[in-house]
Amino acid sequence: MKFIVSVLVIALLSLAAGLFLPWWTIAVVAFVVTSLIPQNPLRSFLSGFTALFLLWGALSWFISSNNEHLMASKVALILKMGNPIIMIVATALIGALVAGFAALAGSFVRRK
Amino acid sequence: MRILPLIISSIVTTGLVIALNTTLLLPAPLGKLLSPQHGVWQNAESSQASFSEEFKLPQLTGKVQVYLDDRLVPHVFAETDKDLYFVQGFLHAKFRLWQMELQTHAAAGRASEIVGKIALKHDREFRRLGMVYAAESSLKEMEKDPQTKLACDAYTEGVNAYIASLTESSLPLEYKLIGYKPEKWSNLKSALFLKNMSENLAGHDNDFEMTNAKNYFSQEDFSKLYPSYQDSLDPIIPKGTIYEKPSIELKVPADADSIYLNKSDLVVTTQEEKPDRNNGSNNWAVSGAKTKSGSPILCNDPHLGLNLPSLWYEMQLHTPQLNVYGATFPGAPSVIIGFNDSCAWGVTNGGRDVRDYYEIKFKDKSKKEYWYDSAWKKTEFRYEAIFIKDSATYMDTVAYTVFGPVMYDLSFSGGRASNSRYFSVRWKAHDKSNELKTFMQLNRAHNYEDYLSAISNMKTPGQNFVFANKAGDIALRTQGEWPAKWKGQGDFIMPGTDNTYQWQAMIPFEETPFQYNPTRNFVSSANQDPADSSYPYYLGRGYPLYRGIIINRRLQNMNDITPKDMMALQTDNYNVLAEMATPLLLNNINEKGLAVNEKNLLRLLKAWDYNNAPNSRGATVFDVLWKNFSKLVYDDEFKNAPAVILRPYESTLLQGILSDSAYKFLDNISTPEIETMTDIATVAFKNSIQELEKAQMEGSIEWSKFKDTRVNHLTKLEPLSRLHLPIGGGTHSINATKSNNGPSWRMIVSLTSKTEAYGVYPGGQNGNPGSRFYNNFIDHWAAGNYYPLWMMAADEESSNKVQWKMSFTN
Repeated sequence: MKFIVSVLVIALLSLAAGLFLPWWTIAVVAFVVTSLIPQNPLRSFLSGFTALFLLWGALSWFISSNNEHLMASKVALILKMGNPIIMIVATALIGALVAGFAALAGSFVRRK
Repeated sequence: MRILPLIISSIVTTGLVIALNTTLLLPAPLGKLLSPQHGVWQNAESSQASFSEEFKLPQLTGKVQVYLDDRLVPHVFAETDKDLYFVQGFLHAKFRLWQMELQTHAAAGRASEIVGKIALKHDREFRRLGMVYAAESSLKEMEKDPQTKLACDAYTEGVNAYIASLTESSLPLEYKLIGYKPEKWSNLKSALFLKNMSENLAGHDNDFEMTNAKNYFSQEDFSKLYPSYQDSLDPIIPKGTIYEKPSIELKVPADADSIYLNKSDLVVTTQEEKPDRNNGSNNWAVSGAKTKSGSPILCNDPHLGLNLPSLWYEMQLHTPQLNVYGATFPGAPSVIIGFNDSCAWGVTNGGRDVRDYYEIKFKDKSKKEYWYDSAWKKTEFRYEAIFIKDSATYMDTVAYTVFGPVMYDLSFSGGRASNSRYFSVRWKAHDKSNELKTFMQLNRAHNYEDYLSAISNMKTPGQNFVFANKAGDIALRTQGEWPAKWKGQGDFIMPGTDNTYQWQAMIPFEETPFQYNPTRNFVSSANQDPADSSYPYYLGRGYPLYRGIIINRRLQNMNDITPKDMMALQTDNYNVLAEMATPLLLNNINEKGLAVNEKNLLRLLKAWDYNNAPNSRGATVFDVLWKNFSKLVYDDEFKNAPAVILRPYESTLLQGILSDSAYKFLDNISTPEIETMTDIATVAFKNSIQELEKAQMEGSIEWSKFKDTRVNHLTKLEPLSRLHLPIGGGTHSINATKSNNGPSWRMIVSLTSKTEAYGVYPGGQNGNPGSRFYNNFIDHWAAGNYYPLWMMAADEESSNKVQWKMSFTN
């Protein structure tokens, strides 16, 4: 339950923060949330990771399908990522890793 | 709290964020770039995107409505000029900001700020050419004139209002990929943009190349290799036109023969290649006597580099006093090529030589004083700081003499001058002028007099302005403020130690060659010589001949013309140079001993109809053969020539072999035998086999595949470009589409009581590569199709052509 709540809260707060603040506030959000909702380090990491993997993956997938992958099929080649799917997965993974490690750090704040 | 794990995982997180937010570790800041809410995903425009929007901008004086049609062409309805140009600037920025800034940075010699060291040579060249100096002097004129000042001020405000509205996520894609932010727009940037067009169109000269050629060849050979007038010429203003006695009497310097025209002077050169510009254009107008409707039709297609985002942006601009439609330059207010309710106009490049060089004698290396009119004269200096991305600032010092900036000196040869001498450039584009006024007035022109008054402002780059109106007039004027030159003046580097070689005067407006309602019922230009040799001023050399010949031949024979006929004419692939050259080549190729496939290739040429059609194989054979023939004829003469030299024009070679079967240069001077046309044509064909067979193997023997036309993104990044377009034509066809240069805006305007107009350009209205409007016109353009151009009326707001509506209020 805690895991699901953490994932949801991290994802939603990241989405809100992204509207006004720089992209890396996802790290701040994940850190704060896991420091307030204590779980073991692995679960904390996974909740940050999952939250952003889902959020960034879903957002970029949604944007790209509406765009008929016009932008991604061009930029994926420039970024040497081959195709839009790889670019979407890379996007999701980058968000996931940053939030995952931030969430891991957050989990150590209250742990004895 | 577990301190150690906390510290370690925090460091890892921070490190990750830094790595993904900068280019310290990765080639791109991937986190910033890929964040769906900030990065490039934000530029992926939904295919259902609405462009309807409301803008509240206090700079406006009233309401402005913008109706966007299904091609994303804005129809701007404003109450005042000020609001009109404000919204034009705003829309240019909204759809094209990145290119506007890149092009004006490049014009100002500031490209290094964006792309780093690789642009330093370009930047130094443009600073030394005095681009900013030229833009500043033209800005002064623009701001002196109330009409152009108002337009520029409003335009700049509009661009800046858009820039101010940008957030990290709404930045154009290219800013994100390269990693920088736009700076504010200014009137100087609009001036720089226009000056960049001058550089593009009137910044071409062969003075060093010709000086070397004159030194290297005997006088007899030189005059054969570089004739100053071509017999086959069909000039813009037809042969036989009577010109008045010139009002300017030019004083040819007394020593011109000994120290200039016949002086042997080799400029020591380095070995860099000069880019081949090849900008051309076609325009023509036919009077009602030749059209089906009885009203004039005007056509124009300027040939420029084919880029994405396009140089052009289509718009309609409307106020109670003004209604104009056409192609605009993102970077400057007004419509550049287009039509209004009374008339239409278009341009081709004038192409005369308006850039000359003078050798300067400095007292010493400090360049503080130079010898001029028997005295040491003080130099002025301009200090140029070139900021370079990720590198130290480069300081360049440019000396200015009475002629202009010392472009080439010990520190800068530009790959064509000498590293031991000093050359000042005299460029017409440095003179005071207000070209923008030309377009402001043309946009508002009603009749022939308005047209004349408008184009009298056009000084550089000189353009052949075609005009037609609903009253039935057609006209064409080879407009520009042209230096009056004596024969040979400025062909070579001139002595700069006194005033005798300076330009003495400008040709008066009244003595510019023009045609107004001629009896042949059409006017046309295709960059050929403006007039024949009876025109009393020297016109220089190197004008392309063949498009003009075919256009005039076609127009002469056309009657009952419809816009559809004009579409066929603008996209005509007929190669008139090939028509003249092929029979002679075929007659001289010895078929004995040719292998089977070689004979097959020759058969393709024999069966060819001289159309550079996309699927033509004969066109490819001719192209390769002609190239090899030309090499074979001249390579021996040029083997030991200096690297910086001008090769004879194609027309020179063609005229040479057509008029003289024993054309002197056919002989290969490195062999004891005297080669004939048959020898050279046969060897040229054999030399072509390898390249042609390779093309056959690779499946690129068809002309469009062989030519391989592309529209490059301005960064030349392939994924953002359009490659391998199925389009025919070529240098000498009316459809002058080369590999990366061609008809950049095709327009046909039939001046019937309700104007009927068509147009297309190889691009799209939205500069964003993530938009479906980024390059959606290209296939249509390549196929030779047109869009009807909709001159929207104020009461057509509810027309189903209107897709979106933008409302601007204060």
